[in-house]
Amino acid sequence: MPTPYDAIVIGGGHNGLVAAAYLARAGKRVLVLERRERVGGAAVSEQVFPGFTFSVFSYVVSLLRPEIIRDLDLPRHGLQILPLESTLTPLPNGDYLAQWSDHDQNRCSIARHSARDAEAYDEFGRLMHQMARAVKPILGMAPPDPASLHPRDLLGLARLGSHFRSLGTEQFHALCKLITMSAADFLDQWFETEALKATKAASGIIGTLLGPRSPGTAFVLLHHYMGEIDGVYRAWGFAKGGNGSVSEAIAGAARSFGAQIRTEAPVARVLIENGRAAGVVLERGEEIRTKLVVSGADPRRTFMQLVGAEHLPEDIVQAIRRFKFRGSSGKVNLALGELPNFSCWPGSGPQLRGAISISPSIEYLERAYDDAKYGEFSRRPYLDILIPSLLDPAMAPPGRHVMSIFVQYAPYHLNGGWTEARREAFGDTVIDALAEYAPNLKSAILHRQVITPADIEHSIGLSEGNIFQGELTLQQMFFLRPAAAWARYQTPIRGLYQCGAGTHPGGGVMGASGRNAALAILRDGA
Amino acid sequence: MLKTTPFHERTAPLCVSHAWRHWAGHVVASSYGLAHEREYHAIRSSAALLDVSPLYKYLVRGKDAARLLDRVMTREVARAAVGQVLYSPWCDAAGKVLDDGTIARLDEDIFRITSADPNLRWLQDNATGLEATIADVSESVAALALQGPASRAVLQQMGSMDLKYFRLTATTLRDIPVTISRTGYTGDLGYEIWVQRENAVPLWDALIEVGTPYGITPAGMLALDVARIEAGLMLIDVDYVSARKALIESQTSSPFELDLGWAVSLGKEHFVGKAALAAEARRGPQWQLAGLEIEWQPLERLYTDVGLAPRLPSAAWRASVPVYAGGDQVGYATSGGWSPLLKKYLALAHIQSGWAAPGTRIEMEVTVEHRRKRAAARVVKKPFFEPGRKRA
Repeated sequence: MPTPYDAIVIGGGHNGLVAAAYLARAGKRVLVLERRERVGGAAVSEQVFPGFTFSVFSYVVSLLRPEIIRDLDLPRHGLQILPLESTLTPLPNGDYLAQWSDHDQNRCSIARHSARDAEAYDEFGRLMHQMARAVKPILGMAPPDPASLHPRDLLGLARLGSHFRSLGTEQFHALCKLITMSAADFLDQWFETEALKATKAASGIIGTLLGPRSPGTAFVLLHHYMGEIDGVYRAWGFAKGGNGSVSEAIAGAARSFGAQIRTEAPVARVLIENGRAAGVVLERGEEIRTKLVVSGADPRRTFMQLVGAEHLPEDIVQAIRRFKFRGSSGKVNLALGELPNFSCWPGSGPQLRGAISISPSIEYLERAYDDAKYGEFSRRPYLDILIPSLLDPAMAPPGRHVMSIFVQYAPYHLNGGWTEARREAFGDTVIDALAEYAPNLKSAILHRQVITPADIEHSIGLSEGNIFQGELTLQQMFFLRPAAAWARYQTPIRGLYQCGAGTHPGGGVMGASGRNAALAILRDGA
Repeated sequence: MLKTTPFHERTAPLCVSHAWRHWAGHVVASSYGLAHEREYHAIRSSAALLDVSPLYKYLVRGKDAARLLDRVMTREVARAAVGQVLYSPWCDAAGKVLDDGTIARLDEDIFRITSADPNLRWLQDNATGLEATIADVSESVAALALQGPASRAVLQQMGSMDLKYFRLTATTLRDIPVTISRTGYTGDLGYEIWVQRENAVPLWDALIEVGTPYGITPAGMLALDVARIEAGLMLIDVDYVSARKALIESQTSSPFELDLGWAVSLGKEHFVGKAALAAEARRGPQWQLAGLEIEWQPLERLYTDVGLAPRLPSAAWRASVPVYAGGDQVGYATSGGWSPLLKKYLALAHIQSGWAAPGTRIEMEVTVEHRRKRAAARVVKKPFFEPGRKRA
């Protein structure tokens, strides 16, 4: 039976859209099916309260691969990235630590706390630049399996081997440390200022249920250092209009190549005939046939729900069952009548235009983790805050503001489960923690939206509310993401591919999974 | 936020050009007047007063202070006399230059280091196990450079005894405690005056008052840049990349490659980078930081061909400009400019050793009316300008 589509992409998250755009660009007739009323998945902007627009879930841009921006010409489709130029860490003693993108300003600022750290900062930055450079080629490849004898894997491994040899011993050793150490231990090698170590270590715990002293977190730190804007590593930005405009731009590019996008079209399951993907069945019962199905959903949803264990070999079913999600973070989005006034640095100056990080010490973060380890949300959580309306005033009515608060830890498996009351208690805890540093906060709040991992799972379908579609821990990275032998975007079902962040190289609004998947599909001639 | 120097309340009203530049997190005047020429000529014909406070300064004290500095510096610091100042580069273990600066022996066990980049961590890390403390006095000590043929007379007028070249003395000027060193970055007769921050403005006022009959002129960084090129003095981040900042090995330079072989004491028992430098000394450096003189007539011809008179860079430039020999690129110039004194177009360039001998004819790229041309040039000995008064 003829079908109007060469490929169906399940899920209009940014990776699904990227995959759709690349496939459409290569001449395929592509249909994207999105469950919600808008595309974007976790990268959406919504007017949650009238006049106040929020990047409801993900809220910054950095890791989005530059080649995707170039290949899809995203600026032409409306992507505009505004720079974030500082990170302010208020301290319990009334002081603050500020990091700036301007080199001299940053050096003076760090030197207030430690002249040694101010010097180490440059050398640390240089090392991380080299490390990001070292792993950059890996981001764009389908991961070869070292246990496989397939020529494709051997070739990939040979390429990797020669790449790592080109690094030189010093860098190779540093990379080994980075892969095996905890973020706290790694940073201890460089810095003595607690707030500086903690603010940097925070990048190592985001999206995982691990503490800064857990081995493996240095690697997550590196993952967040791979951000690159305009050729500059470790540059973070805010998409004008919120992170939804990233998705809209990619959707615009996909449409310009001829892809069709249907929203409010939830897929119930992948149609499988003779061990091959044959199309999809929507929840409403509609059947759409095609020979190529690409799932942007996370591994659990893709394999256990859309496909079903009965169609799969036992080993992958077990691997996916063991794949760790363990959502560990939540969000609080605030509509504010006025700007927060931080006691450590009062007023509405440049200190509010970047990130604000509640991470006064490694111990603070580790204790926050201790709560989560035993099934509670942190009594004193790590917060990563932005005030997007200072960067893009259109996000809020004139003179008013929106505040985005990323919160960790908020474990998915909360003792007693997440209820409405627990959600509000969680929101109160976050507000209390922040109000210690910005006393006018409570009176400035007009509306608040509290999002728990359970809400993330329920609203956008990320299993256990994990923002990366699965933890970025070593045992489920690279050729093990999401499962050994099934890390090259393909699946045991012929014609079914995965393109979500649950595949290599993982999450963070990178788009790399979507792109790599599309390129793998095109290479396979599927 | 950017910092101002302790002289800012005096320099700010003088800076009618509003041309400021950033230096080590501070703002300093690029030129006080709308053009820098008058300030430059003060350096060479009367006396110029330059605010060099943003330099990093460290006080190294203790029984092992000399041992520490002998370990870090390529020159032999332990043998310096009290009251002597040394210029030295310092290197990493691979023998690549991290920074360069001066080491003043204030007392048997007290030294003051100046550097272009912060070096507290490097000094502290190398002091492990030694009885030596390092204090960062960058903020508390202000510095003025008094440079030019009349500089000696100005200081003598204030009752200061004369100093030999690269010597230093602790004294008072108008009752203000200072240390004065016969050092500078202009290659001319000149002094640097070190003063506690709180005495900075009175010192400035005293020098201006006494110096005015001698033509003392506050001068900015643009004037200094021309003078330091004439003096053949390199500048970190411009003429070389610190090994601490280099992203790839080829960006680094050894002291030999920077024409600082004279400042490497391989006879010392140990210093950081010694093994690598000893090997390089045997092998010979691959590169040389050399002086270039761009020849006038071929340059003029390039301009005449398009109907223009030669355009000369009156302010020094800082860029990487290819240098050729035959058809091949053999190096790159890193700074250059027109010397109003010598009436020559000068440049500092990294040149592969085979083409670095004085007298070698090479070519430097110049852009003439939007088109790349190659101007004939000659490798010449540095410094380009060395008046007898510098050391006299």
